[in-house]
Amino acid sequence: MSTLEFRNVSKRYWVRGSGHLLALDDVSFTLASGQTIALVGQSGSGKSTIAKIITQLERQTSGDVLLDGTPIPRAGRGLRRYRQQVRMVFQDPFASLNPYHTIRHHIERPLRLDRVVPKFEVEDEVRRLLERVRLDPDELIDRRPHELSGGQRQRVAIARALASRPSLLIADEPVSMLDVSIRLGVLNLLADLQRESRLGVLYITHDLATARHFSDEIMVLHRGVVVERGPADRVILDPQHEYTRALRDASPDPDKHFGAAAGATTTGADS
Amino acid sequence: MTSDILLSVADFSVVYDVEPPVEAVREVSFTLRRGEILGLAGESGCGKTTLAYGIQRLLKPPAVITGGSALFHDESGDVVDLTRLDAEQTRRFRWDKISMVFQGAMNALNPVLPIGAQLGDVFTTHRPDLGRRERIEQCAALLDLVGVGRDRLRSYAHELSGGMRQRVMIAMALALKPQLMIMDEPTTALDVLVQREILLQISELRKAFGFSVIFITHDLPLLLEISDRIAIMRAGRIVELDTASQLYRDPQHDYTRKLLASFPSLTGERGDFVRGERAAS
Amino acid sequence: MRFLLSRAAFYLFTAWAAITINFFLPRMMKGDPISAYLAKNQGQISPEAIASLRTLFGLDTERTLLEQYIDYWGLLFSGDLGRSFSKGLAPVTEVIASALPWTVGLVGIATVLSFFLGTAAGAIIGWRRGSRADLVVPFATFFSTVPYFWMGLIAIAFFSTALGWFPASHAYDKGTQPGFTWEFISQVIAHGFLPALTIVVSSLGGWILGMRNMMITVLDEDYVTVAQAKGLTTRRVLGAYAARNAVLPQLSSFALSLGFIVGGTLVMELVFSYPGVGKLLLDATTAKDYPLMQGLFLVITLTVLVANILADVAYAALDPRTRQVEA
Repeated sequence: MSTLEFRNVSKRYWVRGSGHLLALDDVSFTLASGQTIALVGQSGSGKSTIAKIITQLERQTSGDVLLDGTPIPRAGRGLRRYRQQVRMVFQDPFASLNPYHTIRHHIERPLRLDRVVPKFEVEDEVRRLLERVRLDPDELIDRRPHELSGGQRQRVAIARALASRPSLLIADEPVSMLDVSIRLGVLNLLADLQRESRLGVLYITHDLATARHFSDEIMVLHRGVVVERGPADRVILDPQHEYTRALRDASPDPDKHFGAAAGATTTGADS
Repeated sequence: MTSDILLSVADFSVVYDVEPPVEAVREVSFTLRRGEILGLAGESGCGKTTLAYGIQRLLKPPAVITGGSALFHDESGDVVDLTRLDAEQTRRFRWDKISMVFQGAMNALNPVLPIGAQLGDVFTTHRPDLGRRERIEQCAALLDLVGVGRDRLRSYAHELSGGMRQRVMIAMALALKPQLMIMDEPTTALDVLVQREILLQISELRKAFGFSVIFITHDLPLLLEISDRIAIMRAGRIVELDTASQLYRDPQHDYTRKLLASFPSLTGERGDFVRGERAAS
Repeated sequence: MRFLLSRAAFYLFTAWAAITINFFLPRMMKGDPISAYLAKNQGQISPEAIASLRTLFGLDTERTLLEQYIDYWGLLFSGDLGRSFSKGLAPVTEVIASALPWTVGLVGIATVLSFFLGTAAGAIIGWRRGSRADLVVPFATFFSTVPYFWMGLIAIAFFSTALGWFPASHAYDKGTQPGFTWEFISQVIAHGFLPALTIVVSSLGGWILGMRNMMITVLDEDYVTVAQAKGLTTRRVLGAYAARNAVLPQLSSFALSLGFIVGGTLVMELVFSYPGVGKLLLDATTAKDYPLMQGLFLVITLTVLVANILADVAYAALDPRTRQVEA
């Protein structure tokens, strides 16, 4: 069990010529194991800044980022433990895997580094992880990333993130670069894994529809400020903030366009 | 006006002449009516962009049109087979009758020419009789029309936001009052709020000028809202073509159903999505 | 405007640094060739010349370093670079001034010509990629790898010795009076032809290849496709869209090669015994003519700077993005 907490976090960037840019303005939230939160915002809203601060690629200008009540250590064993607990899945499955290494190598590495299992069990653990992300270990374990489809690659990236048995997973637009027909499969997988392992997942996305269905809560970010936060259905169906409403109304929604009755018909066709 | 049909494409095929050859578009047939918005949906590699480029004769080697015809029924009553035009005829035809709005406005504008010059280009090439003053006035009026404003004539692409750039592209596509506009993922790189503004603008302009649109995107929910009819493409073929509401209410092809199910509903309860499973489990 | 100011500040700083290094170098040199020379030629050198040499080479140790430095700048601003030992104690400024026009005229014209020809050819070959125009590529590669001096020797052997079409050396026939006479000008052209040809032939390939490769990259850009979809004429697409963008990286190489005109033509001037700056530098080195060497280094450094300034100005004129200060 772990809890990640942002407490009054702000981030300023210095921009030549025009002073500074406030990318995050006094952002506070907590993400606990077993919880799913969608972080929704448009480009420039600050959502990738939050991801960068969580992964410690950047440090906040002010405020605290705490894991189980203690600030993230800057180096050493504490930082390693933090990184083992909080894992990332990135947007681009083509860039996040090294083309020279086999799938086995990618998943073995965190297993060995974090000494998750004894050495003689590493191979079995790699296979177990691949099976957990619904990939066939016999078929894929010795392949290299370029021999896999985009969806398979993203599953490998998820298996790698899970290898160190984290309690929190940060998924930054995990499906936006995948073909539409496989997106749901990958999201459903993430949802299953989340339930099985009681993971806390921060789902960063610009897509309101998947945000609503994937997560318990939605947090709407606009120009560095959290303008609204609440249960997923409530935020989408009954938005309180005008920006949330504008986003919702601008998103394509054929069900509304064709009327609710049609929606019911398609539900029948799909199941 | 002679007929209701603007474009009729029959058995249109495109092959990428590599080893082994790839059949990118296979015997595609469809018709487009005057003033209609036809959506072309499919996943990456399904051939939708190749088909559009093929109609406009923009394919570069190794892509080759291997068969079929694309008849353009001009307002004047002439019927032109686009696949049989020679290079010079193609050049004259382009933009005058069919213009395009490309994917991601990022790179579609020449970074070293002011946008006014890029708009003016169209007139100097296709309307050489137009005087300099009149040409500049036309360009300025176009920028006003799409809400960019004539004071931007001297701006460069990097000085404009993504939404502004796409408006400039639309102004450019509108310049010669073409009868057909092909739009290839025109709003994909944009934020939803900007996307919605651009879509509204396209539909207003279409009402005002009456051109037809072939709208290409992988975003099926968006197509369902804006198109009159939608063609679903897969592996180089059109697997289903129907009115938007028919396609939505009663999809016939398995692939259409799968594609529809891939987009969870924003406000409805529909879908193969996690929440349903979660409720069941 | 801010862009130009920041560039100007940068160049002023670089020029200052180069001149300051030029001031300190002889002061760090071991031995004292200048004093030895002055002692040997006592009475032949005017007192002012001695004073300026002492300042230039740091012999005025009775003054503080700061005073020396200020004196040095004073000399530079008055155009006094000392006296050349090997050229009969003529002022260094005059010696260099008499060689500079030959180098700048011959190599400058040849380099500019080669750049324009090569870039234009590269643009067309790149535009027609995959066609027979690509046959030029192996030839261009070959000629861009052939050493300069070898090409010069072949040119002399063939066009001068065997065919006798062009003179093999010097800038004009001995005994001809320089001036605006037809005889003199025609001789300059005849004498300059072979060296110029060598420069053009050996550098043309590089320009062709560079431009062709950039063209191929640029042709894949969306805006070229858009230009074609707009039904623009081939000439317009090629010129204003493709080549206009592809030429930008060429400009930096062009600035570099302009900078090397003065300093880098030593081999050519040697092969053709051409009375330019390169040959002058060689003569100065063999004669241990330190004042002339120091003067030449200064001139060469400043030409590289000037060439870079020109390239910056050209870049700013052609690429609107560089004019913008990061927002």
